[in-house]
Amino acid sequence: MSATTLAERRGALGICVYCWGAIACLLAVVWASFAYLALDVSRLFTRESAGYMLDFIARFFPPDLSAAFLRRIAQGTLETLAISAVGTLLAALAGLLLALPASGRLGPVFKAVTRFALNFLRSVPELVWAALMVLAAGLGPFAGTLALALHTSGVLGRLFAESLENAPPEPARALVESGAAPALAFVYATLPLITPQLIAYSLYRWEMNIRMATVLGFVGAGGLGQMLYYELSLLHEPQACTVIIAMLALVVVVDAVSAWVRRRQMRPAG
Amino acid sequence: MSFELARIGVIHANGQRALRAVTLAAGRGERLAIIGPSGAGKSTLLRVLGTSMRPTEGRVSVLESNPWQLSGAGLKRLRSRIGVVHQAPPIPPRQRAITAVIAGRLGQWPWWKSALSLLYPADIAGPREQLARLDLADRLFERCDQLSGGQLQRVGVARVLYQRPDLLLADEPVSAMDPALADLTVSQLHSEAAARGVTLVASLHVVDIALRWFPRIIGLKAGEIVFDLPAARVSDSVLRDLYASETGTLPTQDNQPLDIGPAAPAERHALKIIPPPRVI
Amino acid sequence: MPPDATQQSLRDPDALARATWALAAVVVLWPLLLVAEFRPADLFDTRNLKVMGGFLGQFFPPNLNGEFLGLALRATVETLAMATAGIALAALLAAPLGLALSHSLSISRIGPGPGRARGEALRALTRLLLLALRGIPEIVWALLLVRAFGLGPAAGVLAIAVTYGGMLGKVYSEILESGDTRPARVLLESGSGRLMAFFYGLLPGSAQELASYTVYRWECAVRASVIMGFVGAGGLGQLMDQSMKMLNGGEVSTILIIFLLLVLLADAISGAVRRALA
Repeated sequence: MSATTLAERRGALGICVYCWGAIACLLAVVWASFAYLALDVSRLFTRESAGYMLDFIARFFPPDLSAAFLRRIAQGTLETLAISAVGTLLAALAGLLLALPASGRLGPVFKAVTRFALNFLRSVPELVWAALMVLAAGLGPFAGTLALALHTSGVLGRLFAESLENAPPEPARALVESGAAPALAFVYATLPLITPQLIAYSLYRWEMNIRMATVLGFVGAGGLGQMLYYELSLLHEPQACTVIIAMLALVVVVDAVSAWVRRRQMRPAG
Repeated sequence: MSFELARIGVIHANGQRALRAVTLAAGRGERLAIIGPSGAGKSTLLRVLGTSMRPTEGRVSVLESNPWQLSGAGLKRLRSRIGVVHQAPPIPPRQRAITAVIAGRLGQWPWWKSALSLLYPADIAGPREQLARLDLADRLFERCDQLSGGQLQRVGVARVLYQRPDLLLADEPVSAMDPALADLTVSQLHSEAAARGVTLVASLHVVDIALRWFPRIIGLKAGEIVFDLPAARVSDSVLRDLYASETGTLPTQDNQPLDIGPAAPAERHALKIIPPPRVI
Repeated sequence: MPPDATQQSLRDPDALARATWALAAVVVLWPLLLVAEFRPADLFDTRNLKVMGGFLGQFFPPNLNGEFLGLALRATVETLAMATAGIALAALLAAPLGLALSHSLSISRIGPGPGRARGEALRALTRLLLLALRGIPEIVWALLLVRAFGLGPAAGVLAIAVTYGGMLGKVYSEILESGDTRPARVLLESGSGRLMAFFYGLLPGSAQELASYTVYRWECAVRASVIMGFVGAGGLGQLMDQSMKMLNGGEVSTILIIFLLLVLLADAISGAVRRALA
């Protein structure tokens, strides 16, 4: 076995210089973040803080399972579902309306303006919208519904616009060429083509909105979130625990139902 | 006994039977070739020998142990003593040849040595030596996606040679190589097995290489062993029976008709009869 | 002419079904609207209008006061730092969980060999743990951690670490299971340990995808950090919450603009890094 040459040893280095540089940069950025926040992560793992955490967690158990409170949970869950459902429905309608100009059917000016509006609607997070809507419509689930509607119309509007752009124009064109008004041609020819996609997007967003609706209550927009915030501020930890369990259960059930629906759709027909 | 298979049967999850009542044993240092038509179960048999598949029926003993009754640690140790050359080398494309070869000793090295080797190989001379045996020393630091199919297969062989196993298994190790390189590769496997006195089992699709290099030939057809003969006794008619469902000609490396008429054993063994491959 | 053509009904066979669905939709929708307290008239209630109008009126011009801008920029850096530190911890948490969960690194599946039941149980537990971590929204974690550790970015960092750890863990395991798993399996079959089988067999092929997804989640974490500020976890969100509570439209407007720019910046950085990785 001969010795390795210098050239061999130089070429043997496993990771190129560029990659070393990138990894070093990354580590520097991460370290800088921790330093800026003056976070001492090691403090988390002392016996004292562990004991404190365990005490804190212990206050949550056992969760409050009394019938009266469970009734309120049920109400809160229903409210959350209603917020998400109505909000998504409004968003789907608004999204469809906005998708028409956004797909360029009314000219480039409207397209640019609507696209900007849609981007603005979806860039502002739901919670920020919720805080704003609480100012506009007062505390309660209506603010949450509006917040979801506003944010989701931005999302759905853009998705719907893409669907419209990708829809084949021939069916509508054929109708127009035989004398139909463009609006009617759209409704008879293009809309049926894209409806399955629109419904799929809307259902998917509804599923995500249920998750969102649970937390909008933190700023006063109703549902389970408002209950959780309320109970925690009063230091009612057992009640808060029940609300968290309800939130988790809701998300799990929605996940399971949508997975089941998706599996059924994939099954070959007949 | 290097390995002992007693009435091994393998039934896949979809109900398809891959092996039926296979009984095979080999002592230390033996060299066997397994031949047979496609779908005969050669790969499955090698997987059972390599402890990567558990037989549905029968008993396995590899290197004096029953692999399926060992503990996790024992099985790991046993597996590090078995080297498998795969037909399609299981090497990530972006990996360099040297790292691919070093991976052969992952089962033997302590974890810190393996981890450091990712950054800087702990052993450069060793992999170089193995690649040199297969005429690939100049590709030591190249990425595997820059290599041809035959070169990649040789890297896979180099990895197993570097592993220094006690049982060498090869599943169609030369399928992507031209005759000269195929001969070189099999000769390296042969010399490794001979030098260290370990058992070599190779499944081969081409018959002339099998007959040239291996003294013991196993014929496998439809999951059953149809013959287990010394190479000298493998006659034309035996082979035609084996490949009966395939086309009239027997598969050979360079598609020349295989001349195995009723020749005397001494002549069969003499390599002079078959012209030596030209080294390109 | 077919004998029963004249007997054929002239009613639309779909009409009944459509009417039923329409009725069902109304029956379901009406109580939903009630429960959601859908009262559009509230928007035009004089008191609300005055508050909202006054608030919106202050949006233009946005508050560009030097002192406030300094505050806002410090909060922005704090938000970026929160997201980065949080994702770093999340990746640290997700790496071992993702490796444990991925069945391409399972030794007991080869064969199948000894310890299979234990392996399956471990994977099921890990999956459950990851589900619990990501099932609870990060804001809830933030709220709880604020109660435990007090106001400030520490709670936000930990909330991101926990939730995104769950998300990253699940996706890491999926990435490791997709693609070519043969190299790793072959290494396990020749006696290698699981960790080395990952480094030598799976990482070369999946490094780019793993890194790319992590960077994408960093971008999401930037937005999440802002939102968590609303429950007291520091950063830009906490500033916006304070300004909103004081009905200071000018400050909110500034912060919104900064936030939108921040999201654009994070998107650009994330896109650039992911393209460089490819």
